[in-house]
Amino acid sequence: MREKLIEFRNVSFRYGEEEPWVLKDVSFDIYKNEWVAIIGHNGSGKSTIAKLMNGLLFPQEGEIYINGQVVNQDTIWDIRKEVGMVFQNPDNQFVGTTVQDDVAFGMENRGIPRDEMIRRIDESLTAVGMQDYRLTEPHRLSGGQKQRVAIASVLAISPQVLILDEATAMLDPKGRLEIMSTVSNVQDRNELSLITITHDLREVVQAERVIVMNEGVIWDEAKPREIFAKKDRLREIGLDVPFIATLADELNKSGLRISNEPLNHEELLEDLWTLHSKM
Amino acid sequence: MDITFKNVDYIYQENSPFAHKAIENLSFHIPSGSFVAVIGHTGSGKSTLIQHLNGLIRPSNGEVHIGDFRLTNDDKPKNMKELRSRVGVVFQYPEHQLFEETVAKDIAFGPENFGVYKRDIEKRIKEIIPAVGLSEELLERSPFELSGGQMRRVAIAGVLAIKPEILVLDEPTAGLDPRGQKEIMEMFYDLHQKENLTTVLVTHSMEDAVKYADHVIILNKGTKYMEGKPEEVLTQQEALNKVQLDVPEMIEFLYAFEKRFGLPIPFKRQSVKQLADEIQHAMKEAGSHE
Amino acid sequence: MNNSLIIGQYVPGNTIVHRLDPRTKITIIFFFVIFVFFANSVLSYGILTLFAIATTLITRIPLRYILKGLTPVWFLIIFTFILHIFVTKEGSVVFELFTFKIYSGGIIQGIAISLRFFLLILVTSLLTLTTTPIEITDAIEDMLHLLKKIKFPVHELALMMSISLRFIPTLMQETEKISKAQASRGVDFRTGPVKERIKAVVPLLVPLFVSAFKRAEELAMAMEARGYQGGEGRTKLRQLKIESIDFIVFIIFGCVVIGLFVTRIY
Repeated sequence: MREKLIEFRNVSFRYGEEEPWVLKDVSFDIYKNEWVAIIGHNGSGKSTIAKLMNGLLFPQEGEIYINGQVVNQDTIWDIRKEVGMVFQNPDNQFVGTTVQDDVAFGMENRGIPRDEMIRRIDESLTAVGMQDYRLTEPHRLSGGQKQRVAIASVLAISPQVLILDEATAMLDPKGRLEIMSTVSNVQDRNELSLITITHDLREVVQAERVIVMNEGVIWDEAKPREIFAKKDRLREIGLDVPFIATLADELNKSGLRISNEPLNHEELLEDLWTLHSKM
Repeated sequence: MDITFKNVDYIYQENSPFAHKAIENLSFHIPSGSFVAVIGHTGSGKSTLIQHLNGLIRPSNGEVHIGDFRLTNDDKPKNMKELRSRVGVVFQYPEHQLFEETVAKDIAFGPENFGVYKRDIEKRIKEIIPAVGLSEELLERSPFELSGGQMRRVAIAGVLAIKPEILVLDEPTAGLDPRGQKEIMEMFYDLHQKENLTTVLVTHSMEDAVKYADHVIILNKGTKYMEGKPEEVLTQQEALNKVQLDVPEMIEFLYAFEKRFGLPIPFKRQSVKQLADEIQHAMKEAGSHE
Repeated sequence: MNNSLIIGQYVPGNTIVHRLDPRTKITIIFFFVIFVFFANSVLSYGILTLFAIATTLITRIPLRYILKGLTPVWFLIIFTFILHIFVTKEGSVVFELFTFKIYSGGIIQGIAISLRFFLLILVTSLLTLTTTPIEITDAIEDMLHLLKKIKFPVHELALMMSISLRFIPTLMQETEKISKAQASRGVDFRTGPVKERIKAVVPLLVPLFVSAFKRAEELAMAMEARGYQGGEGRTKLRQLKIESIDFIVFIIFGCVVIGLFVTRIY
């Protein structure tokens, strides 16, 4: 049995007494070294989940545990060492005047000695492929590069979980690819749980598990392949079904039986090839 | 109004140590009534191009013609305000330009500046509100109380209220969720078709370009890299990959399919359903030949 | 519009002047300013001017660029000069027209004061031209260190300064973006009566404030998420270090100072 890292127990949250509930009785677990994608349309409550995980917000009802420790005012500074976050807007989380200053910021806050900082800056910038930009100022970086620096800043404090809260939403396709490949690289190499929050179904393919949020409740929780199979219902809750899943569906309707829900081009071509050789 | 660029250069901060060329020797022609997609990476010169279209900047060298308006480096034209009343620009994240107390006032801001009568403005607002998918109840609310998606629609309504002849869209769907993206694009496409509105769409999305545009211009490092019909330009995988752009996903699949099965299926902007039928046919035929 | 923004902006380089510790530069400028005020002979002015020009040449920043940056100041310098010619009535009469007389003392005074002014501005702009704003912030934080003892929030001040510096380019881009968006909606920022132009600023300022507050909120959240709890127990990556080159420069400057004293005595 895998070890639990994050537990949500009957969590409900709203921004004020008069406001509607953003999360309604949400419960789930996230395990060590697992990659979980949380997906939903804007306003489905997905980003609120991220902010609850490191005590930027506190639930009105229910409890949240990180490593068995409940999240509250007294524990947030310990918890923030274990839970690293990258936010949506690349500009509004870049604190330092240069790349290395920004990576150092979190370590400075935690009183890490300077020699250790320099070593970790090198390591974490190399991990995201930004080692050549140590002295570059933020306004000379692309959005994708800034987000890679933000990831490096989190890695430098070696947390147990990295949360990307719509970290690709403001990027161009090139930047999005940069981030997605950086992230899967980083997760492969480190002992790290990964939570990616997105509204783009193409970004959930690599995850082990997907939590689909809708109107503040968990709509579904399953493997990407199982989620992809629910095309029409996904469209109903405002999500976009990837081309390959739509094509597989249409092929089925036209009489070519695609048995396994394909996640990418290669898988669909492979299925078609099997059919072809039987014809 | 037609749009013509003739050998346009644009240099930022000319004669300083920070000078750099954003556009170089750019020429193209967009006939009135087209839907053009301009595609390129960040820094390819797209936003510089856009700013020429309503005279926010003038070319450092060369000429830009928008209908009868002519922009060059030497003369400072006085009728820029008139040009701006005929070319509407929806900038990236247009909700950042909202400032009035109420939604209605913000939408009226543009037309008021261009001297449209109050009565006409009210009429325009009545027409535009449902067109952008908002309800009239919002008109007296503050724009800052609305959701992100609603703010975007208010900002777009503010540009449409000018009743431009050319509509310029700079990544109008950035940051929206899939449903919002689709609704906004469908709305612009509708407008383009119903009112024969010349539309210039700057986008990263090959899918949107292939779906809506009848003409595409690909920019790379400030120069024109390719131009033509979407089904001609966006199928050139090798050339596009060279400048780190991808072909639309369907085209990518068709290439992969051909490579695997040796069966070419031409791209003609077919629907996914049509494509599925074509694949089924092609495979059946290939099977019966063997 | 863009040109006026360049004045005093850091020009990257790798000359001795660029590499000096910012504290060295600030200290030397501090004393230079004092000496400029005490200069009283042709020779002392000569030494100071020579020092300023030599430093300028070492930075390898094009002279044309520096002088262009000083454009708004030229007006002040010329104004000071003319004022002295009219006001000072010492020495012999050099030029006479009806009742209007120009005295030699006026010309000398005018030149001296204008030169003083020019030297002050040249040398201080050399600081900002060769030192990144963040280095200046570091130097100030370090030099204000003693104030920490009287509970002066030196760390917070320095952090505020460095965050402001970090966001200046971002906010400038934003200002340009919003003003272009509003110009596209028919706002005219450049022409028309003053009252209209002041009114035109509202559609620019409101969005700027809204966005600045949003940025501040998000930044605060990001800083908190990264464990920021104030200056207590923080370590620092940025470190200022006096190198041998700083000593050499101090010695050279010392020689200049001795030269100045010698000219005052004799």
